[in-house]
Amino acid sequence: MDFSYTEEQTLLRNSVSKYLADKYTFDSWRKFTRNDLGRDPSHWAQFAELGLLAAPLPEAFGGLGGGAVDAQIVMEEFGKALVVEPYVPTVVIGGGFLKHGGNDAQKTEWLGKIAGGETMMAFAFAEPKGRYNLADLTTTAKKQGSGYVLNGQKAVVIAAPWADQLIVTARTSGGQRDTKGISVFIVDKNAKGVSCRNYPTVDGLRASEITFENVEVSADQLIGQADNGLPLIERVVDEAIAATCAEATGCMKVLVDTTVGYSKQRKQFGVPIGKFQVLQHRMVDMFVNYEQSVSITLMVTLKLEDNDVERAKAASAAKVTIGKAGRFVGQQSVQIHGGMGMTDELNVGHYFKRLTMIDALFGSTDHHLKRYASLS
Amino acid sequence: MDLSFSPQEEAFRKEVRDFIADAKTKLPDVGAPELANRTKEDYLAWHKLLYKKGWVAPLWPKEYGGTGWNVTQRYIFNEECANAETPTTLPFGLNMVAPVIFTYGNDDQKKKYLPRILSGEDWWCQGYSEPGAGSDLASLRTRAVREGDYYIVNGQKTWTTLAQFADWIFCLVRTNTDVKQQEGISFLLIDMTTPGITVKPIIVLDGAHEVNEVFFDNVKVPVENRVGEENKGWTYAKFLLVNERSGIAGVARSKKAVERLKEIAGAELIDGTPLIDDEDFSKKIADLEIDLAALEFTELRTLAEESKGHMAGPESSILKIRGTEIQQRITELTVEAIGYFAYPNERALGSNEFIGPDYALGQAGHYFNMRKTSIYGGSNEIQRNIIAKAVLGL
Repeated sequence: MDFSYTEEQTLLRNSVSKYLADKYTFDSWRKFTRNDLGRDPSHWAQFAELGLLAAPLPEAFGGLGGGAVDAQIVMEEFGKALVVEPYVPTVVIGGGFLKHGGNDAQKTEWLGKIAGGETMMAFAFAEPKGRYNLADLTTTAKKQGSGYVLNGQKAVVIAAPWADQLIVTARTSGGQRDTKGISVFIVDKNAKGVSCRNYPTVDGLRASEITFENVEVSADQLIGQADNGLPLIERVVDEAIAATCAEATGCMKVLVDTTVGYSKQRKQFGVPIGKFQVLQHRMVDMFVNYEQSVSITLMVTLKLEDNDVERAKAASAAKVTIGKAGRFVGQQSVQIHGGMGMTDELNVGHYFKRLTMIDALFGSTDHHLKRYASLS
Repeated sequence: MDLSFSPQEEAFRKEVRDFIADAKTKLPDVGAPELANRTKEDYLAWHKLLYKKGWVAPLWPKEYGGTGWNVTQRYIFNEECANAETPTTLPFGLNMVAPVIFTYGNDDQKKKYLPRILSGEDWWCQGYSEPGAGSDLASLRTRAVREGDYYIVNGQKTWTTLAQFADWIFCLVRTNTDVKQQEGISFLLIDMTTPGITVKPIIVLDGAHEVNEVFFDNVKVPVENRVGEENKGWTYAKFLLVNERSGIAGVARSKKAVERLKEIAGAELIDGTPLIDDEDFSKKIADLEIDLAALEFTELRTLAEESKGHMAGPESSILKIRGTEIQQRITELTVEAIGYFAYPNERALGSNEFIGPDYALGQAGHYFNMRKTSIYGGSNEIQRNIIAKAVLGL
């Protein structure tokens, strides 16, 4: 057993963290998340330059040949800086679908572009009435000639306003919640019939409601097998869950450190509030939650290549742990900061908001508790 | 003991209900309340309707313009307002400073301030917290130095709710630095138009401009604006805080919010079935309702004591702790219920449009915003300290 990072991985972490500390300050974040675009385009180019986008992708197609651990390192550091750029949608999800489901032509076409920062992707999977069930799909892709015609609506597609490509899940056969009959497509966002309603999200990201109206897609835009997309979707979403959990641990790390630091500075009743036992124990519980989150994130990251059931259980276990821990750490960080924790000016509230929204992403705590139970 | 209402009380309920139904039609349309940046007039519209009816001050004695209602009538009135989801009146004038004035103020002060609070002519805000004095309120440092017929006030208040609209601020100020902290505080009423006062906005987590910093730079306040005795302000401050806490449970509003939550959970689907039929989720709602029922009866017990003339004591901290915890859990469960539609930040779109189902509008922001409730009015940690010391004798 060995939980140590390789030299390359340590270098990767150092370079991400140094770049973010220098260039991705909270003050700049507050500005660019509120401008029209919602991000600073220079960062994505720099992420490519630093090799972050290539890190987990296969060497044969322009990647650096790393894997889930690399994504975990990047996302943990990103979590610490509240990075909004679509690393999970593009590299982990887009890259994941292509890596596991794409044919060589698709890999050749896209993986190099992802690694080079030449494309941004968004994952259009959730539907207005589908909640967290990945198979609850009313978006259809009907066979037409050698290709398909897409119709339907996707809800809260994170990063879609920035993306040029959409990874779309659609029903090619079967009933609304059948596990069979689902297929995955890569669709140009500028294709005829795709319309987006863009908006900011409460945690500083951007998202879109997307309508597909008779969007023609060719057979080579299908990723993986027709009608049998669900196992691929579940695998990639589990990978995205692992990366998102890593992001959450980064958020929690900042909150634990910031709150402990604040409690040593802030004096009331003549002493630092960190001297009060009730707050000490609360901060210990925050720390315990953080440590448990780090552990389970490591577990899921290392089990992503395991069989489907083990992988799925690990992902759900991690999502549940992170959901509960994120809520506790977020809420208590605000509470211990008092009024300051409620302000838009202080970073604490923004980490709390991001952790809150991570709970809903790819299925809430309740959803994953059920999924775990069903797999046990 | 009897839980039922008398025919007179039922008749009163009907009178309240009819009034509300009519009054609601006279309110200005502010669009989706979650998105609206309400004007001063919007906030005051409900106050003015109640004032016209003579119902704006249920907590005041009749001689000053109160309703003279008993505890049951107040309970019925609150419940009807909550059920109809009326706006609320702002507490700073009506429920905070006014009781201090009619309990500790002199006749001139009662005559000068109470009618204008009642009518809504004067908007009051609360100058309690300071950057260095939050939970430890008594350590406040805003200084008032006597010079002839005036106090010269210097210092800073913070978390001052809606001070941007205020005509007056009631302030705790330090008038003696040589004694125990609590013994050197006075209670001043300060006209917000006095030179030297600056108000700076603080934006909170949901993007709202709800609170402010208020700066005092050599502000001249007439000595006649002091309520009660010099250096006895802490007594009045505590009196006000206990009043603030007793109204803070918000049971009637929480009951309505649970109803709303159930409607949302009935509309949201989980694998095609309403979320409210999901065993896990329905248990969470049941748990919430049960806690709320217990809180309601805790509040009723307190009110019953009050009706016998026993003022709410330190046990009113229970209402603050449980009331705010329940309010927070309702918003938390609501965010859970709406799933992905918690994400859209419609406020930032700057218009009245919404994304996804209308019931999801602003819910995440509301959840973030409600984290304040366990911080304000004396944090819940402080409330627990109060119970530990004053009730349990620990």
